[in-house]
Amino acid sequence: MAAFEPVLLRRLNRPECKNLEGYRADGGYRTLERALKEMSPDQVTTVVKDSGLRGRGGAGFPTGLKWTFLPKGHPGPIYLCVNCDESEPCTFNNRYLIECDPHQVLEGIILASYAIRATTAYFYVRYEYGSGTRTMQRAIDELYAAGMLGKNILGSEYSLDVVVHRGAAAYICGEETGLIESLEGKRAWPRIKPPFPAIEGAFRKPTIVNNPETLANVVNIVERGGEWFKSLGVPPDPKNPRDAGSYGSKLYCISGHVNKPGIVELPMGVTLRELLEVHGGGVWKGRKAKGAIPGGNSMGFCTEAEFDIPLDFNGPGKVGCLGLGTAAVTVFDETTSIVDVLHNLCRFFAHESCGQCTPCREGTAWMLKIVERIKRGQGRLEDLAILEEVADKIGIMPGTTICGLADGAGWPVKTAIRKFRDEFKTYLREGPGKGPSAGMRLQMAGGH
Amino acid sequence: MATVYVNDRAVDIGDERLNCVQAAQRAGVTIPHYCWHAALSVVASCRMCLVEVGERKVDEKGEVSTVMQPKVVPGCQTPVKDGTVIRTSDAKSKDAQQRTLESLLLNHPLDCPVCDKAGECLLQDYSFQFGKAESRMVDEKRTPPNKPDIGPHVNLFTDRCIMCSRCVRFTREVSGTAELHIVNRGTHAEIDVFEGHPLDNKLSLNVVDLCPVGALASKDFLYTQRVWNLKSANAVCGGCSTGCSVHVDSNKDIVYRLRPRFNPRAQGHFMCDAGRLGYHHVNDPARLRQYLVRGENGTRAVDWAEAAGICREKLGAAASRDPGRVWFVFSPSMTVEEAWLLANYARQLSPFVKLAMGAIVVEGADDTFPKDRKGRPAPQVKFTIRAEKAANVRGVRGVLAHFQKERLDYQQFLQAARGGQVDACLISQGQSPAIYKPGVEEGDALAGVAFVAVQELFASPLTDRAHVVVPASAFSEVDGTWVNHAGLAQAKRASCAPWRGTRTDGQFYLELLGRKGLVHAGNLRREVAKAIPGFKPLEAADLGEYGVFCEKLKDLA
Repeated sequence: MAAFEPVLLRRLNRPECKNLEGYRADGGYRTLERALKEMSPDQVTTVVKDSGLRGRGGAGFPTGLKWTFLPKGHPGPIYLCVNCDESEPCTFNNRYLIECDPHQVLEGIILASYAIRATTAYFYVRYEYGSGTRTMQRAIDELYAAGMLGKNILGSEYSLDVVVHRGAAAYICGEETGLIESLEGKRAWPRIKPPFPAIEGAFRKPTIVNNPETLANVVNIVERGGEWFKSLGVPPDPKNPRDAGSYGSKLYCISGHVNKPGIVELPMGVTLRELLEVHGGGVWKGRKAKGAIPGGNSMGFCTEAEFDIPLDFNGPGKVGCLGLGTAAVTVFDETTSIVDVLHNLCRFFAHESCGQCTPCREGTAWMLKIVERIKRGQGRLEDLAILEEVADKIGIMPGTTICGLADGAGWPVKTAIRKFRDEFKTYLREGPGKGPSAGMRLQMAGGH
Repeated sequence: MATVYVNDRAVDIGDERLNCVQAAQRAGVTIPHYCWHAALSVVASCRMCLVEVGERKVDEKGEVSTVMQPKVVPGCQTPVKDGTVIRTSDAKSKDAQQRTLESLLLNHPLDCPVCDKAGECLLQDYSFQFGKAESRMVDEKRTPPNKPDIGPHVNLFTDRCIMCSRCVRFTREVSGTAELHIVNRGTHAEIDVFEGHPLDNKLSLNVVDLCPVGALASKDFLYTQRVWNLKSANAVCGGCSTGCSVHVDSNKDIVYRLRPRFNPRAQGHFMCDAGRLGYHHVNDPARLRQYLVRGENGTRAVDWAEAAGICREKLGAAASRDPGRVWFVFSPSMTVEEAWLLANYARQLSPFVKLAMGAIVVEGADDTFPKDRKGRPAPQVKFTIRAEKAANVRGVRGVLAHFQKERLDYQQFLQAARGGQVDACLISQGQSPAIYKPGVEEGDALAGVAFVAVQELFASPLTDRAHVVVPASAFSEVDGTWVNHAGLAQAKRASCAPWRGTRTDGQFYLELLGRKGLVHAGNLRREVAKAIPGFKPLEAADLGEYGVFCEKLKDLA
């Protein structure tokens, strides 16, 4: 099979394209020019909708469909918020995009803003991405100087401002309404829904929140057409009328105990095993894998036996994971203690819970305390039952919390216990000092 | 007409726009909740009110089907409409309720034995009603330090807080002063203030009522009483003409605290700190407790009947000589019934006896809330502290106007006294010393008056000049009616018996009138309603929880 020709990452090793001149010389912004001249905003939306593009931020909501939720004929202003908070541990695809190909992201931002009739696009970027932030700001400044941002872009009737807004190191700012609250200068406490951001978002105006990778896809879809996009990836399961398919290519992040951690762009649907073996160079140090996280911490764990799942929107769910998430794969080897891994994740979620609603605030802290007690050698068998139960009941899926952080906190706990139960029981019986993981601690690449 | 089904009971909610918690209340069902409050914005963060909600559909054939939503939803953020079905105690709701309570108790200190809120604590109440009997928590609880100086009136026991954010929203949305914030994140979140900006506004103590648990405590009440020992009376605050409805909580004739009582016709849900703390004078040992008679042979204490007898004798004699030189001064804190009795006595003496209003204190302008931190008032006023610091100006004026066309005020009385035009007077002055203290010049004005009878709470320049000193009733000792700025007549109930050996003001006036029997506010209301058209709504005698409007009295300021 011929290797996939990267589209999103095609300028990865071409730093000359980071500036406007180089990007334009490579054919960049021709799509924007054509769209502004020949397409109406609604036509752009239709192209994106028909392409089957689903959001790359973790929820996988159909992008074009989300754009249609804006109220028709609204006097404005309408806002686009670009969610570059990228705080899901193991994930760094947006970082690559903004550091290596800022103009592709910006072209996508302007196209999307045009489609939704936005007047301002807020680029919300996590504080830790200093280099990427500066790269994006330089690119934005270039665009303003060239009359491609601000009033009458490229001589058209469309005007757009792009404002860079840096976060302050909170995972919950990646939740769309948490992001909006933070943008407004308030505590990043996610809002209760309804109303949804498309109706009442930033500064109480209609707002669409999109991921940078999603927006980069928009450029290529408008350039090459939805049919091209649909020729990649996995079509919907004909037996499931609610399956929207997994079209297009995805940036997969590989990290952890692998020989070649990094990023690779592949059509959706590559299996975890192929990603690990072919693109990640296999497990390091000649070891075998114990398990992996298929899409960022919140998705939970896969055992090695489950590595043949396709990494599309449906695959991980079939083995009890929350979903594809950010498609950031982190592998841990057979010498790693699952208890250590779980401890690390529980610490993360307890630290990042915003504290607004009772089940998550108290539940994440409780789960951490239990796991820490297990690590101290004072765990009991019923602690596993308590952990599973608490993890099952917190989240927007059972309806008990305001946002999905709690679901993300619960999934690793319940998948770890259900899939590695024997290892937990051994740990409870024999304590931390025994077994193959004695003394080993997991270091998560990209994790907090 | 919208019908909502709560636990399979149909309830008609009319055309009101309600959420599930309110709709359930109409059906007599309690959906437990902490963060929701009718006067504050909805945050749906405590997750205590999670219920199952669905819709009842009737198809063309008349077949009824109920479709419930798959997951629980917060009742406080879910509006109801015709056909909404709410299930509050089925498996999913029960499970959610138990879990929320278990979660809240994970880190909650076992402070009940030392916590003020015990007995009126929603965490206790809901745990008992909706929670599990045992806790599974065996780990260490977090113990953030307490903040006794979060404000001059309020103490914060940080470890008891359940993060409902009612107090934060109150300072943002009602007082506007926004002193309280939530700092830190997740399980480390705490209520706190910025350095140098403590919780210090005129409505600050309302956060103690709002707090569902014992985290926020009133320094005034801290550790003084167990609430189950307190007797609660529905009353009205006399601090200003807003006339907030209150509960007066007392034990064995000692008043321990005031709390606001919800009254949509009066003030809503809250009350101001000055009113709330304005009861201390009631328990003050310096209060006048004896009837005193002053003559050439000095001062002697007498019993109440003798004091009344001397007043009748002297006032009667002066009135028969020259009634126009006999004055009665009515305190603006008198009840309608008291004013009615005293005015009747005055008219019993003569139609020419003069009736004057007592000193009405007006401080500045009406203080509206919320105001932002720069002091700018918001367009929607949620609470007003009124400049007129008197309880019943309109009620007393309503009575006086019936008996006397001419309107006479306190200054006119003092002027007449100074000008040697007063032979005898009875001054009722029972206003709280926090509001009004008679000055030396007022006492001096009475120097030439042959007979002075003064009803007062405390010794003052007026009592120094009095020939008969009558201990006045405090607000907590009187059953009666007060009319507020809007003409709302409210019934206030007594909490405490008057000091032994003394009688209430009303009883003293009955004695002056020569009427037998005890003061009965209801009967007196009917009398007043019959006699004075402006008070017709009082014929109901029982004015209900919220009071009745007497439109005609509204503009008698």
